[in-house]
Amino acid sequence: MVVSTEGTGKRARPDSRLPVVIVDDLHVEYKVYATGKRATEADRGGLLRRAKRTRTVHALKGVSFTAYENDSIGVIGSNGSGKSTLMRAITGLTPSSSGAVYAVSRPSMLGVGAALIKTLSGQRNVILGGLAMGLSKREVEERYDEIVDFAGIRPFIDLPMRTYSSGMTARLKFAIATVRKHEILIVDEALAVGDRKFRKRSEQRIREIRDNAGTVFLVSHSMQSIRDTCNRVIWIEKGELMMDGDPDEVISAYEATR
Amino acid sequence: MSSEVDDPQAYGLHRVGGRPPLLKYLRGVAQRRDFIVSLAKFRIEAENQRHRLGMLWIVLKPILEAAVFGLVFGTLMRSTRGVPDFIVFLIIGVFVFEFFSSSFGAGSKAITNNQALVQSLSFPRMSLPISVVTQKFMQLVPTIVLLMVFLLALGHKASLNWFLMVPLLILYYMFCLGLAFITARLTVHLPDLSNLLPFASRFLFYTSGIFFSVDVRFADTPLLLKYVEYQPLYAFLSLARELLLDSDPLYDVRTQFWPILVCWSIGLLIVGTIFFWAAEERYGRVD
Repeated sequence: MVVSTEGTGKRARPDSRLPVVIVDDLHVEYKVYATGKRATEADRGGLLRRAKRTRTVHALKGVSFTAYENDSIGVIGSNGSGKSTLMRAITGLTPSSSGAVYAVSRPSMLGVGAALIKTLSGQRNVILGGLAMGLSKREVEERYDEIVDFAGIRPFIDLPMRTYSSGMTARLKFAIATVRKHEILIVDEALAVGDRKFRKRSEQRIREIRDNAGTVFLVSHSMQSIRDTCNRVIWIEKGELMMDGDPDEVISAYEATR
Repeated sequence: MSSEVDDPQAYGLHRVGGRPPLLKYLRGVAQRRDFIVSLAKFRIEAENQRHRLGMLWIVLKPILEAAVFGLVFGTLMRSTRGVPDFIVFLIIGVFVFEFFSSSFGAGSKAITNNQALVQSLSFPRMSLPISVVTQKFMQLVPTIVLLMVFLLALGHKASLNWFLMVPLLILYYMFCLGLAFITARLTVHLPDLSNLLPFASRFLFYTSGIFFSVDVRFADTPLLLKYVEYQPLYAFLSLARELLLDSDPLYDVRTQFWPILVCWSIGLLIVGTIFFWAAEERYGRVD
């Protein structure tokens, strides 16, 4: 199914850059109820009927590639193609059913949102989010101003987060999540929100992370964002790796199929 | 190893998502202590923020609860038989039991109620049940202080025994924590448990001698007396009563409860820790 001949693994490694993430023949399967309900949800009944009603969804079918240091990799594909599953598997949040992911350090996902408490003030949430990202209390205090200013919410910092606009919330989450130095960072659709000014700033921050010997995966439907920030693009479709290579080539091949 | 990828070992890469060895895991949990404590504190704050009386509810709720039980059992059902100072007896029971029932209820849902968090950030999952039980413990401490003020107001004398409440509450915390580890994992495997556990909690509420004296009630059934002897919640409640009220012979300090509670608390905490850690990789899974 690999369209590109210059794809997987053999892909240009122009210099002696070291591999930081190796994805080796990764398969992920989910068990889902036929109704679409997850099999773990609390309110299901009938222990005995369980086996009959679940269906297995093969979300990733043998994906392999290697990411090198300073890579900034765009991940594209239509809805439900397995992009997010691949990212969660790379961070180790979703276990593989076969194959494996190897990394120099544990990749982190830009997903601090779930740790925040909407009814509390922005100030409380900066602290909580920073701690959830693994910073110590002192580090959070030191970088507090930086986070608030980057998010641009200083006038509203005392208000509960539920009063923030969706753009403000997204900016705050991005600011908290990128405050820590990440060796390997995964950004899943975070740049779609926020105004133009903030998008430029966040793309700048992603480039900074990459330049500091970090590796960034950027999942996005905005081809413009990907062209602006990535030096390599992976195209996933129906759980398989379609193409892996230069952004312009892969994006035009992807757009030709739409 | 498929041929087209590099050899991970050669470049010092490690497999992602593996469960670390127990000691390393526990060190990871210890590093997250700021997060655990802040999450507990902020959740209390968030819970009380929309109420006019705010944090006051932490002490108002157990008072109201004691009032209802006092009315029902003390006045309507007359279960006061043979219990001197019934009001105080009841209040200590209700206040102390409240920590168990709330941390048992919330602890069992520590993972299942935080699926989004578990699926988006990587941290030792044990942080979540610890944070929940810590949150409930932070709510227990002011009620115990309130209890002491109440006792003084009713004319009871403070004694040195009151200081023994500190080790007792620490054991109580360890006990509930160990239990939360076990129920949090079980609920992940079998979500139906979240419907069953409230009944277990209620059963313990009615059999731990909160609104009647076990010694009086079960006096002619030695088997039941033997059961409550080793039932940890009864031991926690009795010791709390004995420590706080040393004026009455019914509340004689029964020192045999201490070793029983130490065994329960340490045992349950160790078993719970290992049991929870063993399934660490399981918690983030969607199926």
